[in-house]
Amino acid sequence: MLRNWLIALVIAIIVIGAVAVAVIYRPAIDPLPAGQAPHFDTAMIAHGAELAAIGDCGSCHTASGGKPFAGGVAVPTPFGTIYSSNITPDEKTGIGRWSEAAFERAMQQGVARDGHLLYPAFPYDHFTHVTADDDKALYAFLMTRDPAESRTPANKLGFPFNVRAILAGWNLLFLHPGPIAEDSSQSAEWNRGRYLAEGLGHCAACHTPHNGFGAEDASQAYAGGSVIDGWYVYPIDDKSAAPVKWDAASLASYLKSGFAADHGAAAGPMAQVTAALGEASDADVTALATYVASKMQNASGKAPPAAAPSPPLTSGDSLAVPQLVKASADQGETIFATACSSCHTSGRPLPYGGVDFHLSTAISADSPQNAINMILFGLPAGATHGPIMPGFAGVLNHDQVVAVLGYLRKNFTGKPAWSDADKLVADTLSGATAVKTYSADGVERMPGAGDLRILP
Amino acid sequence: MSITLNVNGRDQAIEAEPDTPLLYVLRNDLELNAAKYGCGLGQCGACTVIVDGKAIFSCLTPVAVLEGKKIRTVESLGTVDKPGPMQQAFIENQAAQCGYCIAGMMMRAQALLEKNPKASDTEIRAALEPNLCRCGTHMRILKAVKRAGELMQQGQA
Amino acid sequence: MDDFADSNAISRRKLLGGAGALVVSFAIAPAMAQTPAPAATAPAAPAAPAADAGPTLPGALQQDPMLDSWIGITADGKVTVFTGKAELGQGVKTAIIQCAAEELELDPKSITLVTADTFRTPNEGYTAGSMSMQNSGTAVRNAAAQVRELLIGQAAKQLNVDPATLHAENGQIVGGNGQKLGYGAVVGNNILHVNAQPTSKLTPTKDFKVMGKPMPRVDIPGKVTGGQAYVQDMRLAGMLHARVVRPPSYKAVLADADTAGVGKLPGVVKVVRDGNYLAVIAQKEWQAIKAMRTLARSAKWTETPVFPEMAKLSDALKALPIEDGTVADSKTTATGVVKTYEAVFTRPYQMHGSIGPSCAVGQLKDGVTTVWTHTQGVYPDRDAIAQLLGVDKPKVHCIHTEGSGCYGHNGADDLAGDAALLAQQVPGKPVRVQHMREQEHSWEPYGPAMVTYFKGGIDANGKIAEWNYELWSNSHGERPGSAGQLISARYLSKPFPADVQKLKITPLGSGDRNADPGYTLPQKKVIWHFMKDDILRQSSMRALGAYCNVFSMESSMDELARLAGADQVEFRLKHLDDQRGRDVITLAAKNFGWTDWKPSPDRGRGFAYARYKNHACYLAIAVEVEVDKTTGRVRLVRANAGIDSGEIINPDGIKNQTEGGIIQSMSWTLFEGVTFDQTRITSVDWQSYPIARFADIPDSIDVAIVERPGAPFLGTGEGAQGPTSAAIGNAIRDCIGKRLTDLPLTRDKVMAALLA
Repeated sequence: MLRNWLIALVIAIIVIGAVAVAVIYRPAIDPLPAGQAPHFDTAMIAHGAELAAIGDCGSCHTASGGKPFAGGVAVPTPFGTIYSSNITPDEKTGIGRWSEAAFERAMQQGVARDGHLLYPAFPYDHFTHVTADDDKALYAFLMTRDPAESRTPANKLGFPFNVRAILAGWNLLFLHPGPIAEDSSQSAEWNRGRYLAEGLGHCAACHTPHNGFGAEDASQAYAGGSVIDGWYVYPIDDKSAAPVKWDAASLASYLKSGFAADHGAAAGPMAQVTAALGEASDADVTALATYVASKMQNASGKAPPAAAPSPPLTSGDSLAVPQLVKASADQGETIFATACSSCHTSGRPLPYGGVDFHLSTAISADSPQNAINMILFGLPAGATHGPIMPGFAGVLNHDQVVAVLGYLRKNFTGKPAWSDADKLVADTLSGATAVKTYSADGVERMPGAGDLRILP
Repeated sequence: MSITLNVNGRDQAIEAEPDTPLLYVLRNDLELNAAKYGCGLGQCGACTVIVDGKAIFSCLTPVAVLEGKKIRTVESLGTVDKPGPMQQAFIENQAAQCGYCIAGMMMRAQALLEKNPKASDTEIRAALEPNLCRCGTHMRILKAVKRAGELMQQGQA
Repeated sequence: MDDFADSNAISRRKLLGGAGALVVSFAIAPAMAQTPAPAATAPAAPAAPAADAGPTLPGALQQDPMLDSWIGITADGKVTVFTGKAELGQGVKTAIIQCAAEELELDPKSITLVTADTFRTPNEGYTAGSMSMQNSGTAVRNAAAQVRELLIGQAAKQLNVDPATLHAENGQIVGGNGQKLGYGAVVGNNILHVNAQPTSKLTPTKDFKVMGKPMPRVDIPGKVTGGQAYVQDMRLAGMLHARVVRPPSYKAVLADADTAGVGKLPGVVKVVRDGNYLAVIAQKEWQAIKAMRTLARSAKWTETPVFPEMAKLSDALKALPIEDGTVADSKTTATGVVKTYEAVFTRPYQMHGSIGPSCAVGQLKDGVTTVWTHTQGVYPDRDAIAQLLGVDKPKVHCIHTEGSGCYGHNGADDLAGDAALLAQQVPGKPVRVQHMREQEHSWEPYGPAMVTYFKGGIDANGKIAEWNYELWSNSHGERPGSAGQLISARYLSKPFPADVQKLKITPLGSGDRNADPGYTLPQKKVIWHFMKDDILRQSSMRALGAYCNVFSMESSMDELARLAGADQVEFRLKHLDDQRGRDVITLAAKNFGWTDWKPSPDRGRGFAYARYKNHACYLAIAVEVEVDKTTGRVRLVRANAGIDSGEIINPDGIKNQTEGGIIQSMSWTLFEGVTFDQTRITSVDWQSYPIARFADIPDSIDVAIVERPGAPFLGTGEGAQGPTSAAIGNAIRDCIGKRLTDLPLTRDKVMAALLA
């Protein structure tokens, strides 16, 4: 009897083992011969560049001060820190010997050339929806970048997360490979936008909350609410707190150029995203915007103005409303008068004028975190056209920041005061909430920059 | 409005509207020359001073928030007869052309070195990014800041 | 405030009025044979007397030959040196003191230097064109040497010895027997009130104790310890603060403004409205700023679009009425051309971009309006202000007081005009007026936009056989002299008209500066298509036309070298006969390691050379750039320059100015251009007109100086502007394989070239 049980157990283990191996094991794909970089036509490379802009590969694969696409960026996750790999065509430390098939498999299944499973910090659960043709173009783009020798640091993951085999289980549960079916009730542009957003754009990777397995909670698609790199992720569904509702035009303007006249300028991780999208094709960005805006069509904001009013001519701060403050004014109002009003009430249009706070999502959102970040860290300068806002971290203490937040919330929105402002300000000032800041550097698409062409 | 500000180690009683930027109080009421008006917009750093150890733009800081905080300007770093390490380093390296931006540079560098006297060239460059120099004195400024760090460490040895 | 209104200092009036008792004797040591001066009269107005017809006097002595215009010595031995030049941050005060200290055998610390003051110093026009050492330095050096010999001669008389037994040392005349006479004891009455000689006994370079040494700048210690250094730092008793409200655009007309209401704001002393000119004067500075903002917000203007579309600027420039001038013409025909290069280059309007917006202090007292100003030219500014106020010139006193670096004609003169006007409103009280950042950005006269065209070719031997160059440009110079050159004057109810610009072809050039190539060429033709009409307000900016001309021509040289299959350095040497030019080229190339270059995909190297103004300093530069091919971002990685400025006064000053010029030119070249819509300037702050920040600064800059003992001074300040821009353009070409010809060389242009 026992012998039969034992035999059954052994068979079960072998079968489970075989299935597991079949699920986990991926064969290596042969490397390309050394020293033989493949050739690609210019049009395909250019198309790949536009697609890479949608995917924003650089955000994760280019370290600050590092060579483009050479990896080494630390991606914090609830399970530990994962370092992005080198995707330059360097033959020793990059993907220089990956065939097109190997690249496509990585995008579609999250498997490296040599067969090891990739962590979904690389959002292959989105990239799996990218068509083979687009993968070809992306491959052409990446393989024609400058090779850079750079070894990826080892991931900092504790047991069992450092055992890649468990990813096979994750994939079984959360990877839905293959294309997304078209929705025939929607326009071609909307469908294109969905293809881009759900695929290369991987917007949901930030904008959808994750579950305990580190996978997106599909029931809360685009509901936002998490904090990434110290920035509060806004809902981009019908819970959007934007005082003026986003529509396709305003969202396209924001994504392409990093600001929208009735909303504000991109800060935090969106600064990087919009910087990348600045290099994508206008048609694709419009499609993305069409799709994402449709998710916010029932949000509570005011209807966007019918025609964009022609902005007042540039005036600089000379026309700032001089706040003649009385000695008894509350501290928030005083601080606002000196520190904020010269840019924020000048009437100068975005992106160079400070946003009119009546339009600001940061002030209207459920969490004051982004407003705190802006007040403390501002928008750092870079030698390119772009908004510069000084940070006030050295100037205002905890109570003063809370006072300004209170003044802004009360004076510019009809919403109840934030209950957590005290704690969030304290955590940000102490560094308990670590905030990553981005300069406008690399964003060469603000008004004026593209005007500097006078060649006949 | 009457307000007491602690500037360069001394309490000073000032009469100023509460929304007056610190820059004008320093220059006009206290007759301190170092912090300068460059833009009034937080874009150039010529007005940089130190408040409670952090480098800030005095052109955008209302005096009303500064009660009880320690404000320091270049004048606190030394005098012509007894220059402090930062000033000595700038004189040694002749790190000025028109000199208008230099006081702001020095205070931003001072704030950095007080926290990190061994700051690397990369760290110094990053710290000074908010400050503009139009004459192109950057190479000498970097050398001077590095040297100031050495002098400050020697002073503490 | 004694620094600025130093009533105890020597004025030439006091000197001429006599500090001692005796009338000067004209029988001075015949060795010097100075031209005797007429008997001293009551304080002479500091006009420039004509020198005797005869040999030219050194430097600016030609315009101001009286020795005591330049050097004053009191009976107690205090030495004052006068110069008509101004400290702009380029170290000119220090350099001139070095010249005087050397020849007068004095400790530099004992010399008091008085700069550019219309009541006290020679009229040396503008501190511009890198001429300060050539003109003023030469004058001071020679005057000091001649004064030294005069003192020796006088001492010989007093001691009754042969002058050959005496020498000057440490402020004294010393004899072989140990006799010593202080300068004060020798100078007596008016012995310095004589005309200068054509030649002087100058100290040979090998004996230099002060000149040629890196003497530390006299002004830096004060600037780094919070000393009062700038016009912005002035605090005169009873001083009021003012702000102007500039019109929102060039042709704006003021319909209405709430002058009465603003007049009631706290601290406001006066609101000024004169036609389209609006200003406010208040007790405190912050009050003035708030009142200005209220006034500006209340003002109603009618505006007229006047600008072309920015994208069509080149066409708009070329469509203006044009007058052609020939800059150079070999009058030969090009022959044997086998390969040709042809290109159009463009440059937008670019800003001086002074970190400190322009400022001035004015005071009307006892019928004289004194203006403390950082103008580059106190005398011409004085003339303009006198015309503006409708008074005689002696009723206006302009005193140069440092501002932040101006790099040419910025808003300084305008603010001097504002200060003078506003001083009339509050007689007796000093008024300090300053631009806000946006006002300086919008109203300073820009370096003008230019279009250039090059067509040249090489022969079968790889030598240049054809060289045709044309430039379209404004005058590059709209400085006062006339009141109409001041912004305030144009908006008064009785406006002053701007000067009509005229085409001038001169050896040193203006818009055509450096358009005549310094290479030896069998055929060359250079034409200036001159436009007298401005689109945007323009005037002189560091290097003037040389920036764009050298960019265009050295970019073209680079292409011609490529056509010839030649090395960039060798190609230039092949066409350059001037040995001093060859020397800086060789030096820069060697220090860069030009022949050891190893290409890599994201790096490029570039070379350029020019002799500034074809007559001033020689500069060659080799650079390495890094190009990020994902963003198009270009960064200057390192630069090696070789410079020859003639006799060296202060080697550290030469290095400082050249390093600075390289970085500034890099900023212009990679980032800068004024932007505008059809009515207004839109680049009104550092967000919308970014300049280089620390992230853009190279890893290293090395400036090597060629020593030329005994050679004339050649100036330094503008030598780097043109060659640096071309070297960077050439390095980008080297890296990405495509040439950018449309300044500035921004990221989007690099990306467009990469993807094309």
